[in-house]
Amino acid sequence: MITDKGFLKRFRTGILFTAPTLFAFTTVMIVPFLYGLYLTFTNWDGIATTLTYVGFENYRSVFEDKAFWISFLLTLKYVIASVMLINVVAFLLAYTLTSGLKGQKFFRAGFFIPNLIGGILLGLVWQFIFSNLMVFIGKQLNLSFIENSWLVDPDKALGAMVIVTVWQFAGYMMIIYIAGLMSVPNDILEAASIDGANKWVTMRAMILPMIVPSIIICVFLSLQRTFMVYDVNLSLTAGGPYGSTELISMHVFRKAFLSRDYGVGQAEAFVLFLLVATITFLQVYFSKKKEVEA
Amino acid sequence: MNTKWSYMTFTKSLLMTIFLMLFIAPFIIILMNSFKAKTEIISNPLSLPNSLKLTNYIEAFERMDYVYAFANSLTITVCSVLLIALFSSMTAHYFVRNKSKFNMYAFFLMVASMIIPFQAIMIPLVKIYGSLELLNSKWALVYMYVGFGSSLAVFIYHGFIKSIPKELEEAALIDGCSRTQTFFKIVFPILMPTTVTVFILNVLWIWNDFLLPFLVLITPTERTLPLATYSFYGTYSAEYGLVMAGLVLTIFPVILVYFFAQKYIIQGVMQGSIK
Repeated sequence: MITDKGFLKRFRTGILFTAPTLFAFTTVMIVPFLYGLYLTFTNWDGIATTLTYVGFENYRSVFEDKAFWISFLLTLKYVIASVMLINVVAFLLAYTLTSGLKGQKFFRAGFFIPNLIGGILLGLVWQFIFSNLMVFIGKQLNLSFIENSWLVDPDKALGAMVIVTVWQFAGYMMIIYIAGLMSVPNDILEAASIDGANKWVTMRAMILPMIVPSIIICVFLSLQRTFMVYDVNLSLTAGGPYGSTELISMHVFRKAFLSRDYGVGQAEAFVLFLLVATITFLQVYFSKKKEVEA
Repeated sequence: MNTKWSYMTFTKSLLMTIFLMLFIAPFIIILMNSFKAKTEIISNPLSLPNSLKLTNYIEAFERMDYVYAFANSLTITVCSVLLIALFSSMTAHYFVRNKSKFNMYAFFLMVASMIIPFQAIMIPLVKIYGSLELLNSKWALVYMYVGFGSSLAVFIYHGFIKSIPKELEEAALIDGCSRTQTFFKIVFPILMPTTVTVFILNVLWIWNDFLLPFLVLITPTERTLPLATYSFYGTYSAEYGLVMAGLVLTIFPVILVYFFAQKYIIQGVMQGSIK
């Protein structure tokens, strides 16, 4: 063990090396987290200087708040569709772009582009695409399904959200899948092809089991990001039309900051956190069991 | 076999080219329309612009306070990222080399905190810092980014520092370096590839972040680029040409940087995800 001489000197180095990080981390993450926990047991409205203890009243309100659960189910629908499509598209791109195509680095770089730009801007870009460009094309070519903007149609607006989300994250997950695919040793694939395995068998029996770690990471990341999405939601549909795309983050935000129901809003934020943590934990736990070693 | 192979490759390349073009088409459409007048856009959003008029750009540049917003974004991102890398690498190094109970718990707490989404703490965060009158300043925002960003950065550094042989540092200590000197002269330079990864992951996040600055920065002159663009879009949403120019002004500088730093960015994302 490397140590400086003298307790005081050691203590000073310790402070110098860890205090800035731990102080910022504690005051920005831990204190608000604990204070948030406390807020859920009070009826703070954002203005009053005194807080009244209300017990589990706020949590009861969460379970009675229909809008919260409608929004949660809507988010679940959006998350399932997005996570599946993101990963399928990302994997297909990664598989094609590791097969030795000419210029595959260029393609990889191209598909990554949406990740460089914030969700708020991507939403604004697609707002124009959905409500101007697609409507124009629909009218010119008589394509009835895009003749009217998807963003004003309660049945299609969520679909628009899914499209933008998949477009946004597919490139990022593709990079992770590429890293996974490149780590599959070539010799076992060669051995398989000598033994007469066709492409489909190789994929199912060798490649997929070997990239389970990449699949776990990608599903985890896309679950987390889609559950908590706010910026694309705000800039693409702003929850409309008629609240048909108000996803759970936006619901919590509005509950707290617009309805000034901070206690209930914070309780909803915590319930949401616990739900998402449970779902992602189960996902990682069950898919870890499928991991194999080469 | 050979002809069949090349036929396959050709089809794949063609499909990929078409798909990539569709993929980046939204940006091209925005770029094309940013040079047009509103009537031109409405009559045909797919046409090429008649001329490369810059009037939209000049107006957008002034009305969204582009210079302020860009400078704010740049200051906030650069300061936050530098501080995150510096403090986190020091902390991670200390954690690896001093395995006390306290350090192990602190590290565990930081890693565990990564599953807490921002939405779960935004309300108390605004209340606490609001009552201390610390909101509405760039520096408060930088401070918060250090707090939020340090967990992942410490985690990434921790993984890499474990692989550095301890003997290297012991040699420096025997030669008379202090712990601080050893860190800055020996360890930090070795960490450079990891630092690049930490830089890239954090720049992508902080430059594009919306919700936190949206809650913290209220005065228009303090706004970051995403905030300025969003409020500009809200004010002029009917002026298509103008908002397109605004979007291009925000989006294309990033793509330009990407053009040069592309290799590092892709690598950084790969490295960051594996750990």
